[in-house]
Amino acid sequence: MIAETGLAALWLAAGLAALQFLLMVIALRTTLDVGRTIRAVAAVQGALALTAFVMLLLVFARSDMSVALVFENSHTAKPFIYKIAGAWGNHEGSMLLWVTVLSGAGACLGLLSRQTHERTLVAALGAQAALALGFYAFLLIASNPFARLLPAPPNGKGLNPLLQDPGLAFHPPTLYFGYVGLSVAFSLAVGALLTGEVDAKLARAMRPWVLGAWTLLTLGITAGSYWAYYELGWGGYWFWDPVENASLMPWLAATALLHSINVLAARGALKAWTMMLAVVAFSMSMVGTFLVRSGILTSVHAFAIDPQRGTFLLALLAIYVGAAFILFAVRGATLKEGAPFELVSRETGLVVNNLLLSVILGIVFLGTLYPLFVEAVSGEKLSVGAPYFNAVAGPLALVLAILVGIGPLLSWRRERRPVFKQLTVPALLGVTVFVISFIVAPAMGVLPRVGLPVAMFLAGASILPLVGRNPLRAPIATWGMVVAHLGIAVSLVGMAMNAAFTSERLAVVRPNETLTVGPWTVLLKEVTPTAGQNFTAIEAELRATRGDGIKVLKPQTRYFTDPPMETNEAAIDTFWNGQLYTVIGKPDPSGGWQLRLWWKPFVTLIWAGGVLIALGGAIAMTGRVRRQRRRKPEWRKERYA
Amino acid sequence: MSRAIRFAPLALLLIVILALVWRLATPADTTVSSKLEGQPLPVFQLAAAVPPKAALETADFATGQPRILNIFASWCVPCISEVKVLQGLKRRGVHIDGIAIRDRPQDVAAFLDRNGDPYERIGADPQSALQIALGSSGVPESFIVDGEGIIRYQHIGPIEASDVPKILKKLEEAR
Repeated sequence: MIAETGLAALWLAAGLAALQFLLMVIALRTTLDVGRTIRAVAAVQGALALTAFVMLLLVFARSDMSVALVFENSHTAKPFIYKIAGAWGNHEGSMLLWVTVLSGAGACLGLLSRQTHERTLVAALGAQAALALGFYAFLLIASNPFARLLPAPPNGKGLNPLLQDPGLAFHPPTLYFGYVGLSVAFSLAVGALLTGEVDAKLARAMRPWVLGAWTLLTLGITAGSYWAYYELGWGGYWFWDPVENASLMPWLAATALLHSINVLAARGALKAWTMMLAVVAFSMSMVGTFLVRSGILTSVHAFAIDPQRGTFLLALLAIYVGAAFILFAVRGATLKEGAPFELVSRETGLVVNNLLLSVILGIVFLGTLYPLFVEAVSGEKLSVGAPYFNAVAGPLALVLAILVGIGPLLSWRRERRPVFKQLTVPALLGVTVFVISFIVAPAMGVLPRVGLPVAMFLAGASILPLVGRNPLRAPIATWGMVVAHLGIAVSLVGMAMNAAFTSERLAVVRPNETLTVGPWTVLLKEVTPTAGQNFTAIEAELRATRGDGIKVLKPQTRYFTDPPMETNEAAIDTFWNGQLYTVIGKPDPSGGWQLRLWWKPFVTLIWAGGVLIALGGAIAMTGRVRRQRRRKPEWRKERYA
Repeated sequence: MSRAIRFAPLALLLIVILALVWRLATPADTTVSSKLEGQPLPVFQLAAAVPPKAALETADFATGQPRILNIFASWCVPCISEVKVLQGLKRRGVHIDGIAIRDRPQDVAAFLDRNGDPYERIGADPQSALQIALGSSGVPESFIVDGEGIIRYQHIGPIEASDVPKILKKLEEAR
């Protein structure tokens, strides 16, 4: 019954989405006031989608093997939390989560948005419904999560053991909330292009959504990067894998949007550009979902290839993005640009920021799809890897990082104050680090050599907006910006230190022998078999020392039976100045074991920076929401007038 | 904003969509063809893995008939199911030789007793030396070697029942 309830809720939600779209068409064609009706429909539609998703969680929680999806992806022996996570750790479930967030965001837009033009909001809700409708159709026609499997098999086929990890259980939903949160910016942009009401008011309505989605995307990407780092046992934090790029591209677009939207909100400028970015950001989310779900690019995220689903998703992508682009092409010309600005001004800073982010986005997009284009044209197979991305995007990112330090100091319209004087201290900091790096590490690579000073400069420059005033009086949004920009500096330090000073050892070691890495001497004490809830493993006991006591690390190689698979469980010990990363590999006939050790100075700063960036977004958002709360919603005012 | 710029995103989208449609219509051939195909077997001379049974060396492949060279081990779980498929191939008249990787004679003997013995000869490779020379990354793995000792096909992973038609076809091509 639970599965049938879920399916019924999905059909009803799809029906309401159609109604919601129809209401928008009526509203735009007539003078009929549908505002309250369309809000109610959006709310109920969101509630129904949520119901369907809760039903899916229930069948997974109860291990109901008569549901095909549960049979394929779950197992009664699995820890409870991973039974729940299994609900979205597969194609159908994740698409249901996607559409649930999509319609949930639509419901929130209808209920919470107070500062938008009424007609634009109605148009946006209609656009949101059109998006949801396509994905409901996709679920109901091509990916029914509630399909029955009768008679019910006695037990399920398990879950990929790599996915049995708390990081990965929550990394995809975080990313999804970010991806799909951008749909609201898309819908608002489409709505505003339809009504022609592209102005500061729209930007202020759009901003919290972009901030929220961007914050979650940042968190999701950071979590995914850390997961890959400790779970895959390769010791790297970013692989330029197509699926990683699929999450980076919407983030880059959203970051650009986040900045251009401020120009629109404060100065009424960059109208067409901001609308374009809002459309592109969510389009990148859809491209990402398509790349991941169709499995057409070779990736470590080995999802099954399914041409029917791929075709369906591609059709949705073409329709939505195509329609938005056509709308942009037709209506873009009617937009009047706002107040002009001079060369040295906050506006110019943000325009350059947007240009650089867009170029980096283009580089990542091209690198990800280039193999496809080449094969389509010449039949030649090739792959684009880290060397391309690092060499092309790396220097641009560093230029951008320098500008991040300068931009926030400039004032709107024109800068008459001697702002560059303020930058003396950060600049000296950067130069000092640059000089020291030649003495300490003469053989450093170019990117870390430049990256480290840039990061130090940015660390100093990023806090300047709070210097010379009472920091407690500064707007909350300024605090958010400072924290986020400082986070970029922290992350950059981590990346540069990791690139420059990581030491690595791989050797065959017998019990009671030692291996040194960086400042560490590591003793292999013994290797013993052990067992977990659904796996067996061999576990090495390592005793690591660098003169101040002994740390015990226990890396494992795990063997899962259902499905059969072998994974490396790295043992990582974190210190204030870095991480010791250990992996136990295959036995050697001589009685030794392959042991792989890394000492990674300050590597944790990479993710600490990511968390800071997200925190900055969250802080800025509380400021924005608080300010909005103080104003009365227009649609409620009308009700009591 | 000029007309051309306003329609540029649409044109770009069209190109991307076309490329993606093309990819969906012609799925990528993800099989990595082995670099060893077309190469002669490395020269080797292995001791017998299970002593009364014949040992294996490169010269044993110069018979004028295609043979399967199967890399296996008694400690390898997928090999157990693969042996049954190999038995079926043997009954169809296919010649199969084996290389036992990092194994002990008594373990190999017990493995063959329990699961059946499709092999004509079995060489022992206690250090994985030949396995590495063959460019094989794990067990089980199989090579189809033609009558002149040239590797014609490399099959990674166990040969399953569903692979049999393909293996027979490759053997026919190697004739």
